[in-house]
Amino acid sequence: MSNVFELTNVYKTYRNDGKEFTALKDVSLEVREGEIFGIIGMSGAGKSTLVRTLNRLEEVTEGTVKFYGKDLAALKARELREVRHSISMIFQGFNLVNQRTVLANVEQPLKIAGVPRKERKEKARQMLEIVGLLEKQDVYPARLSGGQKQRVAIARALAADPKVLLCDEATSALDPKITGEILDLLKKINQERKLTIVIITHEMSVVEKICDRVAIIDDGNLAEVGDVTDVFSNPQSKAAKKLVFPSNPFDPSDEDGQIVRIVFDGTQSNVPFIANLVEKTGLKVNILSANTRSVGGIGYGQMIIELPELARDRQTVIDFFKAGGLSVSEVGRND
Amino acid sequence: MTDYIKDAILSGILETFEMTLFASLFSYIVGLPLGVILYATSKGRLLENRAVNGIIGFIVNVTRSLPFLILLVLLIPFTRFVVGSSIGTVASIVPLTVGAIPIVARMVESSLSEVNPGIIEAATSMGASPLYTIVHFIIPEATPSLLQGGAINVATVLGYSAMAGVIGGGGLGAIALQYGYYRYQKDVLWTTVALLILMVMLIQEIGIRLSKKTRKT
Repeated sequence: MSNVFELTNVYKTYRNDGKEFTALKDVSLEVREGEIFGIIGMSGAGKSTLVRTLNRLEEVTEGTVKFYGKDLAALKARELREVRHSISMIFQGFNLVNQRTVLANVEQPLKIAGVPRKERKEKARQMLEIVGLLEKQDVYPARLSGGQKQRVAIARALAADPKVLLCDEATSALDPKITGEILDLLKKINQERKLTIVIITHEMSVVEKICDRVAIIDDGNLAEVGDVTDVFSNPQSKAAKKLVFPSNPFDPSDEDGQIVRIVFDGTQSNVPFIANLVEKTGLKVNILSANTRSVGGIGYGQMIIELPELARDRQTVIDFFKAGGLSVSEVGRND
Repeated sequence: MTDYIKDAILSGILETFEMTLFASLFSYIVGLPLGVILYATSKGRLLENRAVNGIIGFIVNVTRSLPFLILLVLLIPFTRFVVGSSIGTVASIVPLTVGAIPIVARMVESSLSEVNPGIIEAATSMGASPLYTIVHFIIPEATPSLLQGGAINVATVLGYSAMAGVIGGGGLGAIALQYGYYRYQKDVLWTTVALLILMVMLIQEIGIRLSKKTRKT
């Protein structure tokens, strides 16, 4: 499989009124053909800047961004415009032209590429059919709901037969149900059209639902990159852990109390290990918080528990969980 | 009011319309591209260019800050050069146009600046050139605002046209000045004033309706 994008040691520094701000620091990663690649991070982490280096809406300060082996920075204005026909983008704010009908909006990239009128109308209608909005072709965007607007934007993005689709917080302005529908649509397009998709988001649920691989961006740095199942079940970096495990809001019930986090994956999620613990050792633990999430159909869970008072008992509990194949890590206050 | 004055007022209305129409038209022919250039070359825009923006911005600011009456007088030689005379309805179209150009340019610039930057980003990401983006994305999106600004501009030109009467221009302004002011004919003065107000209101109304009709949001 070849790489669609290849970023090597990318830096991006903004200079404003003599002040410098580095939005990307030494980011290297690749996006593979046919995959759905997620880029996740807190707001202000630099992920929007990162995605804009992929179609050179942002110039990189240092390093290279290659698209199918071509260095984007080396392209002349005209060549860059040509390449951009192959790199579509959808946005959080949809960015449709409000003064043009839905059909005219979808026609735009075809018009730019110089496709004759009759052909482009036909193509635009096909695209609207794919996103299920053909009956809205003569309507103006203001009459559409947010989800419908994003569908039109997707139709517009697909019209020029791109090789890759960049999604910049494409579902962040939508409610959970509509987000789910849009993600299903993207997944369908990815599978049916073999379209590579890069998704920028701050929502874990988006990555969990449709991404194959994920990069975690933290304060301009690439904290971690890998398969979604690996990163989510066994996060290595601090930033990844913070995203995967929500912070523990609880303090131990007294000063000397000890709190641990136990993490289990799909293979153990149907084992009642807390009940087993009580039954086998007679020791009780206090469950402070617990949650599970599904990544690619496999359940992953974590539990924050407070251990018994006696050090000996604590060790017994930890050993019991470890023997069961769960990962156990100590949690500090407000960690 | 004598029939003679009634006729004068009637032809004054037509002359005012003529001056307003042509001066507005010509000022848009020059002012619209100027406004587009001002917008596109300003900081952070598609064709950012400090030098071009600075020079055009300076000229626009200077001409805009001159009182129109002074501009009228200053332009007399230029008007004579362009139309061969400096008095009459046709001659007044020249200073009116020159006076309106910077106002139009700034109004156009401000309308275009209202366009959501996201649309420009979307156009660029589709591979549109800066010029294509301006013509096919920014201007269509700004059309309702441009029309609203247009109505304000035309009304301003109409107001200015009344001033042209001072240096021998035609129209209602000249009638108000000659009969109403110099001859103390208060009825003529008030009639012309009422007519001018009506015309401004009419233009505003047409502009607002056009703007509303084209606005799809």
